[in-house]
Amino acid sequence: MTELSSIDSASRDPWVPRPTRILRRKQETSDTFTLWLGVGEGGAPFAPGQFNMLYVFGVGEAAISISGDPDVAAPLVHTIRAVGTVTGRMQELKRGATIGVRGPYGNGWPIAEAKGKDVLIVGGGLGIAPLRPVIYFVLRHRSLFGRVTLLFGARSPSALVFRSELEVWRRRTDITTQVIVDHAARDWTGPVGVVPALIDSVPIDASKTIAMVCGPELMMRFTARSLLRRGLSAGDVFVSLERNMKCALGFCGHCQYRETFLCRDGPVVRLDRVESIFDRREV
Amino acid sequence: MTVEELTTLLRDHEFLTGLDETDATQLASCVRSAHFAEGEFLMREGERSSYFYLIRTGRVALESNVPGKGVLQMESIGPGDVVGLSWPLPPYRVHIDARAVVPTETLAFDATRLREVMEGDHDLGYALMTRLYEKALRRLERVRLQRLDVYTAS
Repeated sequence: MTELSSIDSASRDPWVPRPTRILRRKQETSDTFTLWLGVGEGGAPFAPGQFNMLYVFGVGEAAISISGDPDVAAPLVHTIRAVGTVTGRMQELKRGATIGVRGPYGNGWPIAEAKGKDVLIVGGGLGIAPLRPVIYFVLRHRSLFGRVTLLFGARSPSALVFRSELEVWRRRTDITTQVIVDHAARDWTGPVGVVPALIDSVPIDASKTIAMVCGPELMMRFTARSLLRRGLSAGDVFVSLERNMKCALGFCGHCQYRETFLCRDGPVVRLDRVESIFDRREV
Repeated sequence: MTVEELTTLLRDHEFLTGLDETDATQLASCVRSAHFAEGEFLMREGERSSYFYLIRTGRVALESNVPGKGVLQMESIGPGDVVGLSWPLPPYRVHIDARAVVPTETLAFDATRLREVMEGDHDLGYALMTRLYEKALRRLERVRLQRLDVYTAS
Protein backbone atom coordinates (compact mmCIF):
# COMPACT_ATOMS: atom_id res chain seq x y z
CA MET A 1 0.00 0.00 0.00
CA THR A 2 1.22 3.52 -0.74
CA GLU A 3 1.62 5.59 2.36
CA LEU A 4 -0.03 8.96 2.39
CA SER A 5 2.24 11.69 1.10
CA SER A 6 0.77 14.04 3.65
CA ILE A 7 -2.36 13.93 5.64
CA ASP A 8 -3.15 17.48 4.53
CA SER A 9 -2.74 16.73 0.88
CA ALA A 10 -5.20 13.89 1.07
CA SER A 11 -8.85 14.43 0.46
CA ARG A 12 -9.94 17.60 2.20
CA ASP A 13 -13.48 16.36 2.48
CA PRO A 14 -13.85 16.30 6.25
CA TRP A 15 -16.27 13.40 6.06
CA VAL A 16 -13.84 11.10 4.33
CA PRO A 17 -11.33 9.15 6.40
CA ARG A 18 -7.84 8.97 4.94
CA PRO A 19 -6.21 5.57 4.94
CA THR A 20 -3.04 5.44 7.00
CA ARG A 21 -0.76 2.62 7.92
CA ILE A 22 0.03 1.45 11.44
CA LEU A 23 3.79 1.85 11.71
CA ARG A 24 4.16 0.69 15.27
CA ARG A 25 2.02 -0.65 18.04
CA LYS A 26 2.59 -0.92 21.77
CA GLN A 27 0.44 -2.64 24.36
CA GLU A 28 0.39 -0.24 27.33
CA THR A 29 -1.79 -2.30 29.68
CA SER A 30 -4.07 -5.30 29.23
CA ASP A 31 -6.71 -3.21 27.45
CA THR A 32 -4.85 -0.08 26.37
CA PHE A 33 -2.52 0.29 23.41
CA THR A 34 -0.72 2.99 21.45
CA LEU A 35 -0.62 3.24 17.67
CA TRP A 36 1.89 5.19 15.57
CA LEU A 37 0.30 6.07 12.25
CA GLY A 38 2.18 6.94 9.09
CA VAL A 39 1.01 10.30 7.85
CA GLY A 40 3.75 11.15 5.41
CA GLU A 41 6.42 13.81 5.42
CA GLY A 42 4.03 16.72 5.88
CA GLY A 43 2.84 15.15 9.08
CA ALA A 44 -0.44 15.81 10.77
CA PRO A 45 -0.19 19.05 12.78
CA PHE A 46 -2.46 19.26 15.76
CA ALA A 47 -2.97 21.24 18.96
CA PRO A 48 -2.63 19.46 22.30
CA GLY A 49 -6.05 18.21 23.34
CA GLN A 50 -7.43 17.71 19.86
CA PHE A 51 -8.78 14.39 18.64
CA ASN A 52 -9.14 12.43 15.44
CA MET A 53 -11.87 10.13 14.24
CA LEU A 54 -10.24 6.75 13.70
CA TYR A 55 -12.00 4.37 11.37
CA VAL A 56 -11.72 0.61 11.38
CA PHE A 57 -12.88 -0.16 7.88
CA GLY A 58 -16.07 -2.13 7.82
CA VAL A 59 -16.61 -1.70 11.54
CA GLY A 60 -16.95 1.97 12.40
CA GLU A 61 -15.41 5.13 13.79
CA ALA A 62 -14.36 6.28 17.22
CA ALA A 63 -13.14 9.64 18.50
CA ILE A 64 -9.64 9.22 19.90
CA SER A 65 -7.45 11.91 21.44
CA ILE A 66 -4.00 12.48 20.03
CA SER A 67 -1.37 11.47 22.58
CA GLY A 68 1.82 12.36 20.72
CA ASP A 69 4.19 15.31 20.72
CA PRO A 70 2.72 18.38 18.98
CA ASP A 71 6.21 19.48 17.94
CA VAL A 72 6.75 16.22 16.08
CA ALA A 73 4.48 16.28 13.05
CA ALA A 74 4.81 12.60 12.19
CA PRO A 75 3.97 9.92 12.93
CA LEU A 76 0.57 10.52 14.43
CA VAL A 77 0.22 8.91 17.86
CA HIS A 78 -2.97 7.69 19.50
CA THR A 79 -3.42 5.82 22.75
CA ILE A 80 -6.61 3.81 22.82
CA ARG A 81 -8.53 1.78 25.33
CA ALA A 82 -10.46 -1.19 23.97
CA VAL A 83 -13.90 -0.63 25.44
CA GLY A 84 -16.33 -1.13 22.55
CA THR A 85 -16.76 -2.77 19.18
CA VAL A 86 -14.63 -0.31 17.21
CA THR A 87 -11.80 0.03 19.70
CA GLY A 88 -11.95 -3.70 20.39
CA ARG A 89 -11.34 -4.40 16.71
CA MET A 90 -8.71 -1.66 16.63
CA GLN A 91 -6.81 -3.53 19.30
CA GLU A 92 -6.58 -6.54 17.00
CA LEU A 93 -4.92 -4.56 14.20
CA LYS A 94 -1.25 -5.34 13.69
CA ARG A 95 1.66 -3.28 12.42
CA GLY A 96 1.19 -2.66 8.70
CA ALA A 97 -2.61 -2.70 8.87
CA THR A 98 -4.59 0.22 7.50
CA ILE A 99 -6.79 2.49 9.53
CA GLY A 100 -8.84 5.53 8.50
CA VAL A 101 -8.14 8.95 9.98
CA ARG A 102 -10.04 12.21 9.75
CA GLY A 103 -9.30 15.25 11.80
CA PRO A 104 -7.91 16.79 13.87
CA TYR A 105 -10.99 18.18 15.56
CA GLY A 106 -11.81 20.19 18.63
CA ASN A 107 -10.26 23.17 20.32
CA GLY A 108 -7.43 21.82 22.47
CA TRP A 109 -5.95 22.94 25.78
CA PRO A 110 -5.37 26.65 26.56
CA ILE A 111 -1.63 26.64 25.97
CA ALA A 112 -1.39 30.34 25.09
CA GLU A 113 -3.33 31.28 28.18
CA ALA A 114 -1.04 29.14 30.34
CA LYS A 115 2.13 30.91 29.31
CA GLY A 116 3.72 32.73 32.23
CA LYS A 117 1.58 30.83 34.73
CA ASP A 118 1.96 27.79 36.92
CA VAL A 119 0.51 24.78 35.15
CA LEU A 120 -1.28 22.05 37.05
CA ILE A 121 -2.03 18.99 34.92
CA VAL A 122 -4.39 16.43 36.44
CA GLY A 123 -5.09 13.15 34.68
CA GLY A 124 -7.07 10.09 35.63
CA GLY A 125 -6.92 6.76 33.85
CA LEU A 126 -6.63 7.20 30.12
CA GLY A 127 -7.28 10.90 30.65
CA ILE A 128 -3.50 11.21 30.66
CA ALA A 129 -3.48 10.51 26.89
CA PRO A 130 -4.89 13.88 25.72
CA LEU A 131 -2.79 15.59 28.37
CA ARG A 132 0.48 14.04 27.25
CA PRO A 133 0.86 16.48 24.31
CA VAL A 134 0.60 19.34 26.83
CA ILE A 135 3.29 17.77 28.97
CA TYR A 136 5.55 17.37 25.93
CA PHE A 137 4.92 20.95 24.90
CA VAL A 138 5.44 22.45 28.35
CA LEU A 139 8.66 20.51 28.92
CA ARG A 140 9.97 21.41 25.46
CA HIS A 141 9.20 25.09 26.04
CA ARG A 142 9.83 25.00 29.77
CA SER A 143 10.96 28.62 30.20
CA LEU A 144 7.56 29.88 29.07
CA PHE A 145 5.83 28.49 32.14
CA GLY A 146 6.06 28.78 35.91
CA ARG A 147 5.85 25.81 38.24
CA VAL A 148 4.61 22.69 36.46
CA THR A 149 2.87 19.91 38.35
CA LEU A 150 1.53 16.62 37.02
CA LEU A 151 -0.88 14.62 39.15
CA PHE A 152 -1.97 11.29 37.75
CA GLY A 153 -4.29 8.65 39.09
CA ALA A 154 -5.14 5.15 37.96
CA ARG A 155 -7.12 2.22 39.24
CA SER A 156 -4.12 0.12 40.21
CA PRO A 157 -0.38 -0.07 39.49
CA SER A 158 -1.03 -2.50 36.61
CA ALA A 159 -3.40 0.02 34.99
CA LEU A 160 -0.79 2.79 34.72
CA VAL A 161 -0.10 3.82 31.14
CA PHE A 162 3.10 5.57 30.00
CA ARG A 163 4.94 4.07 32.98
CA SER A 164 8.45 4.64 31.66
CA GLU A 165 7.71 8.26 30.78
CA LEU A 166 6.11 8.86 34.17
CA GLU A 167 9.32 7.61 35.73
CA VAL A 168 11.39 9.96 33.56
CA TRP A 169 9.16 12.91 34.45
CA ARG A 170 9.26 11.96 38.13
CA ARG A 171 13.05 12.24 38.08
CA ARG A 172 13.09 15.65 36.43
CA THR A 173 13.45 18.65 38.69
CA ASP A 174 11.52 21.05 36.46
CA ILE A 175 8.22 19.21 36.86
CA THR A 176 6.64 17.76 39.99
CA THR A 177 5.08 14.41 39.16
CA GLN A 178 2.91 12.46 41.56
CA VAL A 179 1.16 9.21 40.77
CA ILE A 180 -1.59 7.72 42.90
CA VAL A 181 -3.57 4.51 42.53
CA ASP A 182 -7.02 3.71 43.86
CA HIS A 183 -6.03 0.34 45.24
CA ALA A 184 -2.74 -1.42 45.72
CA ALA A 185 -1.12 -4.37 47.37
CA ARG A 186 1.49 -3.82 49.98
CA ASP A 187 4.41 -3.80 47.55
CA TRP A 188 3.29 -0.47 46.02
CA THR A 189 5.24 2.26 47.79
CA GLY A 190 3.60 5.26 46.16
CA PRO A 191 0.49 7.06 47.33
CA VAL A 192 -2.82 5.17 47.44
CA GLY A 193 -6.15 6.92 47.06
CA VAL A 194 -7.90 9.17 44.60
CA VAL A 195 -6.51 12.05 42.53
CA PRO A 196 -8.20 14.83 44.56
CA ALA A 197 -6.12 13.68 47.53
CA LEU A 198 -3.00 14.72 45.63
CA ILE A 199 -4.38 18.18 45.03
CA ASP A 200 -4.39 18.76 48.77
CA SER A 201 -0.76 17.69 49.00
CA VAL A 202 0.98 19.93 46.47
CA PRO A 203 1.80 23.64 46.68
CA ILE A 204 -0.57 25.73 44.60
CA ASP A 205 -0.48 29.48 44.10
CA ALA A 206 -4.09 29.98 43.15
CA SER A 207 -3.45 33.51 41.88
CA LYS A 208 -1.31 32.31 38.98
CA THR A 209 -2.25 28.71 38.32
CA ILE A 210 -4.07 27.26 35.37
CA ALA A 211 -5.36 23.69 35.75
CA MET A 212 -6.00 21.21 32.95
CA VAL A 213 -7.98 18.17 33.97
CA CYS A 214 -8.91 15.06 32.03
CA GLY A 215 -10.30 11.74 33.16
CA PRO A 216 -13.61 10.08 33.89
CA GLU A 217 -16.22 12.80 34.38
CA LEU A 218 -16.83 11.88 37.99
CA MET A 219 -13.14 12.12 38.76
CA MET A 220 -13.10 15.56 37.10
CA ARG A 221 -16.06 16.72 39.21
CA PHE A 222 -14.34 15.72 42.44
CA THR A 223 -11.07 17.18 41.20
CA ALA A 224 -12.72 20.48 40.26
CA ARG A 225 -14.23 20.66 43.72
CA SER A 226 -10.80 20.19 45.29
CA LEU A 227 -9.24 22.81 43.01
CA LEU A 228 -11.88 25.37 43.89
CA ARG A 229 -11.34 24.57 47.55
CA ARG A 230 -7.64 25.33 47.02
CA GLY A 231 -8.61 28.77 45.81
CA LEU A 232 -8.58 28.45 42.03
CA SER A 233 -11.38 30.21 40.22
CA ALA A 234 -13.55 28.24 37.83
CA GLY A 235 -12.17 30.41 35.03
CA ASP A 236 -8.72 28.93 35.59
CA VAL A 237 -9.81 25.30 35.46
CA PHE A 238 -10.20 23.50 32.14
CA VAL A 239 -11.73 20.07 31.71
CA SER A 240 -11.89 17.82 28.68
CA LEU A 241 -15.37 16.42 28.30
CA GLU A 242 -16.36 13.32 26.42
CA ARG A 243 -19.64 12.57 24.76
CA ASN A 244 -20.61 10.37 21.87
CA MET A 245 -18.77 12.02 18.97
CA LYS A 246 -20.24 10.98 15.62
CA CYS A 247 -19.78 13.56 12.87
CA ALA A 248 -17.06 15.53 14.75
CA LEU A 249 -18.08 18.58 12.71
CA GLY A 250 -20.79 20.09 14.86
CA PHE A 251 -23.71 18.90 12.77
CA CYS A 252 -25.22 15.77 14.21
CA GLY A 253 -25.65 16.80 17.85
CA HIS A 254 -24.66 13.48 19.36
CA CYS A 255 -22.02 15.17 21.48
CA GLN A 256 -24.19 18.07 22.53
CA TYR A 257 -23.67 19.24 26.12
CA ARG A 258 -26.59 21.63 26.50
CA GLU A 259 -25.65 24.48 24.08
CA THR A 260 -22.11 23.19 23.50
CA PHE A 261 -21.17 20.85 20.69
CA LEU A 262 -18.21 19.19 22.31
CA CYS A 263 -16.69 18.02 19.04
CA ARG A 264 -16.52 21.58 17.73
CA ASP A 265 -16.56 23.88 20.80
CA GLY A 266 -14.79 21.34 23.03
CA PRO A 267 -13.69 18.87 24.08
CA VAL A 268 -11.78 21.27 26.33
CA VAL A 269 -14.16 23.50 28.23
CA ARG A 270 -13.51 26.14 30.84
CA LEU A 271 -15.12 25.09 34.09
CA ASP A 272 -17.06 28.31 34.65
CA ARG A 273 -18.88 27.68 31.37
CA VAL A 274 -20.23 24.33 32.53
CA GLU A 275 -19.99 24.62 36.31
CA SER A 276 -23.75 25.07 36.76
CA ILE A 277 -24.52 21.87 34.88
CA PHE A 278 -21.42 19.85 35.59
CA ASP A 279 -23.06 17.69 38.22
CA ARG A 280 -26.60 17.71 36.83
CA ARG A 281 -27.82 14.25 35.96
CA GLU A 282 -30.28 15.71 33.42
CA VAL A 283 -27.53 17.04 31.12
CA MET B 1 11.30 17.96 73.49
CA THR B 2 10.15 20.94 75.57
CA VAL B 3 6.55 22.10 75.92
CA GLU B 4 7.48 25.23 73.98
CA GLU B 5 8.86 23.19 71.10
CA LEU B 6 5.81 20.96 71.07
CA THR B 7 3.55 23.99 71.14
CA THR B 8 5.32 25.40 68.11
CA LEU B 9 5.06 22.12 66.23
CA LEU B 10 1.37 21.86 67.05
CA ARG B 11 0.66 25.38 65.85
CA ASP B 12 2.60 24.72 62.65
CA HIS B 13 0.59 21.63 61.79
CA GLU B 14 -2.14 22.05 59.18
CA PHE B 15 -4.71 20.32 61.40
CA LEU B 16 -4.36 22.99 64.06
CA THR B 17 -4.06 26.04 61.82
CA GLY B 18 -5.40 29.10 63.60
CA LEU B 19 -5.21 27.60 67.09
CA ASP B 20 -4.24 30.21 69.70
CA GLU B 21 -1.20 29.80 71.92
CA THR B 22 -3.16 29.05 75.11
CA ASP B 23 -4.98 26.17 73.45
CA ALA B 24 -1.78 24.91 71.86
CA THR B 25 -0.02 24.96 75.23
CA GLN B 26 -2.89 23.03 76.75
CA LEU B 27 -2.66 20.43 73.99
CA ALA B 28 1.10 20.22 74.36
CA SER B 29 0.53 18.68 77.78
CA CYS B 30 -0.85 15.53 76.20
CA VAL B 31 1.29 15.15 73.10
CA ARG B 32 4.75 13.82 72.34
CA SER B 33 6.85 13.55 69.22
CA ALA B 34 6.89 10.02 67.78
CA HIS B 35 9.00 8.57 64.99
CA PHE B 36 8.04 5.47 63.02
CA ALA B 37 10.50 3.54 60.92
CA GLU B 38 9.52 2.20 57.50
CA GLY B 39 7.13 -0.72 58.00
CA GLU B 40 6.36 0.08 61.62
CA PHE B 41 2.71 0.19 62.67
CA LEU B 42 1.16 3.27 64.23
CA MET B 43 -1.90 1.26 65.16
CA ARG B 44 -3.43 -2.15 64.47
CA GLU B 45 -7.03 -3.04 63.77
CA GLY B 46 -8.90 -4.22 66.87
CA GLU B 47 -6.55 -2.77 69.47
CA ARG B 48 -7.54 -0.02 71.85
CA SER B 49 -7.45 3.41 70.24
CA SER B 50 -4.91 4.92 72.59
CA TYR B 51 -3.31 7.52 70.32
CA PHE B 52 -4.25 10.19 67.87
CA TYR B 53 -1.49 11.18 65.45
CA LEU B 54 -0.77 14.28 63.43
CA ILE B 55 1.55 13.41 60.54
CA ARG B 56 4.42 15.86 60.16
CA THR B 57 6.49 14.08 57.52
CA GLY B 58 6.41 10.75 55.71
CA ARG B 59 3.49 8.63 54.59
CA VAL B 60 1.16 6.21 56.34
CA ALA B 61 -0.79 3.43 54.63
CA LEU B 62 -4.23 2.52 55.92
CA GLU B 63 -4.52 -1.20 55.32
CA SER B 64 -6.82 -4.14 55.78
CA ASN B 65 -6.10 -7.80 55.53
CA VAL B 66 -8.58 -9.25 53.03
CA PRO B 67 -8.84 -13.03 53.31
CA GLY B 68 -7.77 -14.60 50.06
CA LYS B 69 -6.28 -11.35 48.75
CA GLY B 70 -3.74 -10.48 51.40
CA VAL B 71 -3.08 -7.02 52.74
CA LEU B 72 -4.60 -4.22 50.67
CA GLN B 73 -3.76 -0.55 51.00
CA MET B 74 -7.04 1.34 51.19
CA GLU B 75 -5.44 4.77 51.21
CA SER B 76 -2.20 6.45 52.13
CA ILE B 77 -2.00 9.76 53.88
CA GLY B 78 0.78 12.23 54.37
CA PRO B 79 1.90 15.46 56.03
CA GLY B 80 -0.96 17.59 57.32
CA ASP B 81 -3.26 14.63 57.74
CA VAL B 82 -4.22 12.72 60.85
CA VAL B 83 -4.25 9.06 61.85
CA GLY B 84 -7.02 7.86 64.14
CA LEU B 85 -10.69 8.74 63.95
CA SER B 86 -12.07 6.31 66.51
CA TRP B 87 -10.40 7.61 69.66
CA PRO B 88 -13.13 10.14 70.61
CA LEU B 89 -15.93 7.56 70.82
CA PRO B 90 -16.51 4.38 72.79
CA PRO B 91 -15.57 1.60 72.52
CA TYR B 92 -12.27 3.27 71.49
CA ARG B 93 -11.25 0.53 69.08
CA VAL B 94 -9.01 0.91 66.02
CA HIS B 95 -10.78 0.03 62.75
CA ILE B 96 -7.86 -0.26 60.37
CA ASP B 97 -4.13 -0.92 60.35
CA ALA B 98 -1.91 2.14 59.94
CA ARG B 99 1.65 1.43 58.79
CA ALA B 100 4.48 3.82 58.00
CA VAL B 101 5.38 3.35 54.34
CA VAL B 102 8.46 5.52 54.73
CA PRO B 103 10.10 6.93 57.85
CA THR B 104 7.40 9.07 59.41
CA GLU B 105 7.42 11.82 62.01
CA THR B 106 4.26 12.43 64.01
CA LEU B 107 2.86 14.22 66.97
CA ALA B 108 1.17 11.55 69.10
CA PHE B 109 -1.64 12.53 71.45
CA ASP B 110 -2.49 10.39 74.43
CA ALA B 111 -6.15 9.83 73.54
CA THR B 112 -7.41 9.46 77.12
CA ARG B 113 -5.68 12.65 78.21
CA LEU B 114 -6.87 14.48 75.10
CA ARG B 115 -10.47 13.50 75.79
CA GLU B 116 -10.09 14.86 79.33
CA VAL B 117 -8.72 18.14 78.02
CA MET B 118 -11.59 18.44 75.55
CA GLU B 119 -14.12 17.58 78.23
CA GLY B 120 -12.64 20.25 80.49
CA ASP B 121 -12.64 22.94 77.81
CA HIS B 122 -15.61 22.58 75.51
CA ASP B 123 -14.56 25.45 73.28
CA LEU B 124 -11.27 23.73 72.56
CA GLY B 125 -13.12 20.42 72.28
CA TYR B 126 -15.49 21.91 69.71
CA ALA B 127 -12.59 23.40 67.73
CA LEU B 128 -10.85 20.04 67.61
CA MET B 129 -14.00 18.09 66.75
CA THR B 130 -14.78 20.51 63.92
CA ARG B 131 -11.33 19.95 62.46
CA LEU B 132 -11.63 16.22 62.95
CA TYR B 133 -15.02 16.26 61.26
CA GLU B 134 -13.54 18.05 58.25
CA LYS B 135 -10.82 15.40 57.98
CA ALA B 136 -13.46 12.66 58.24
CA LEU B 137 -15.62 14.38 55.61
CA ARG B 138 -12.71 14.66 53.16
CA ARG B 139 -11.84 11.04 53.75
CA LEU B 140 -15.49 10.06 53.19
CA GLU B 141 -15.48 11.99 49.89
CA ARG B 142 -12.36 10.15 48.79
CA VAL B 143 -13.76 6.78 49.79
CA ARG B 144 -16.96 7.52 47.85
CA LEU B 145 -14.97 8.31 44.73
CA GLN B 146 -12.82 5.24 45.26
CA ARG B 147 -15.88 3.05 45.70
CA LEU B 148 -17.38 4.33 42.46
CA ASP B 149 -14.38 2.78 40.71
CA VAL B 150 -14.52 5.46 38.02
CA TYR B 151 -11.71 4.13 35.87
CA THR B 152 -13.53 0.98 34.88
CA ALA B 153 -15.88 3.03 32.69
CA SER B 154 -13.45 5.63 31.38
